[in-house]
Amino acid sequence: MIYLQLFLTFAKIGVMTFGGGYAMLPMLQREIVKNRGWATDEEMLNYYAIGQCTPGIIAVNTATFVGYKQKGILGAIVATLGMVFPCIVIITVLAGVLTMFRSNVYVQKAFSGIRIAVSALIFVSVFRLAKKAVVNVNTAIVAVLGFALQLLLGFSPILITACAIAYGLLLYFIRRKNDAAA
Amino acid sequence: MLLLSLFWEFFKTGLFAIGGGMATVPFLFRMGENTGWFNASMLADMIAVSESTPGPIGVNMATYVGFTVASIPGAIVATLGLVTPSVIIILIISVFLSNFKDYPVVKTVLTVLRALVIGLLLYAFYQIATIALVDVKTYVMFAVFVVLALWQKKVHPIFWILLGAVLGLLLL
Repeated sequence: MIYLQLFLTFAKIGVMTFGGGYAMLPMLQREIVKNRGWATDEEMLNYYAIGQCTPGIIAVNTATFVGYKQKGILGAIVATLGMVFPCIVIITVLAGVLTMFRSNVYVQKAFSGIRIAVSALIFVSVFRLAKKAVVNVNTAIVAVLGFALQLLLGFSPILITACAIAYGLLLYFIRRKNDAAA
Repeated sequence: MLLLSLFWEFFKTGLFAIGGGMATVPFLFRMGENTGWFNASMLADMIAVSESTPGPIGVNMATYVGFTVASIPGAIVATLGLVTPSVIIILIISVFLSNFKDYPVVKTVLTVLRALVIGLLLYAFYQIATIALVDVKTYVMFAVFVVLALWQKKVHPIFWILLGAVLGLLLL
């Protein structure tokens, strides 16, 4: 029963990895490539690369790819549902428990400390990503605009992203035109 | 009606958050402001829980927000809303564009988007920091966490979050 296997395999991957993204790659390789033989190492890296440049969660995108390759559209849907199923169960239980204890003074103290750690973690991941993404004056301007348009003008991230996509397309066509002229 | 707007809000997030994981965070801050479903400090707690539990952060965040807004049906609807656009887009790519990532136009747009995510995330950081960092003690704790996390690269985020909880109980 391939559909059940797809669901269970991705549910297992969902349970066993913390953090998603790159943390998930070794687990995906072991389960999908070695244990199941549903994809080759090269295909897996390709899925990951495409997952990074398409909207949405990388792990979910990979599940969709592998599911589609095995059993078409239905396989894609089953694999994706398998991936998200454990998260829904675990978070729902935790969220229910935390909501009950939210007014407790110790829980509040603990979360005040946790928020500081989360601020630091986001700061560090911005710093690490910036080393790869901000490589010249143009990319630096884009990053500054992404921050400033929200802070100063209250633009929504959706609007800013749409503008950035338009800018990227414009950049591409200008370059192509220049190349053709040269 | 509430479930429908949950689905729509997360559908938009799933469609525009490119780069995975943390990339959804800036969109969620705006969602909280626009809908009034949760505030920035609740969102900071949700990020902590999502990073400390199994599964992709973006999916965990959607489930958590959905549960807060409309209980178990909300958790399911928000998560489905988040993944629907990527499932559709990946299916289209699987069927028609096997060498999608090698198109020059995709590469150019991505260079811009990767840089943009830095700016968007920096603002999300600014929003959490305004809530979390309130006095000298919290500033010092923040600086210590940044140095530790930069220095000990292999340590999983869950460890820093637990340490934050312990320090919060002892010091705050």
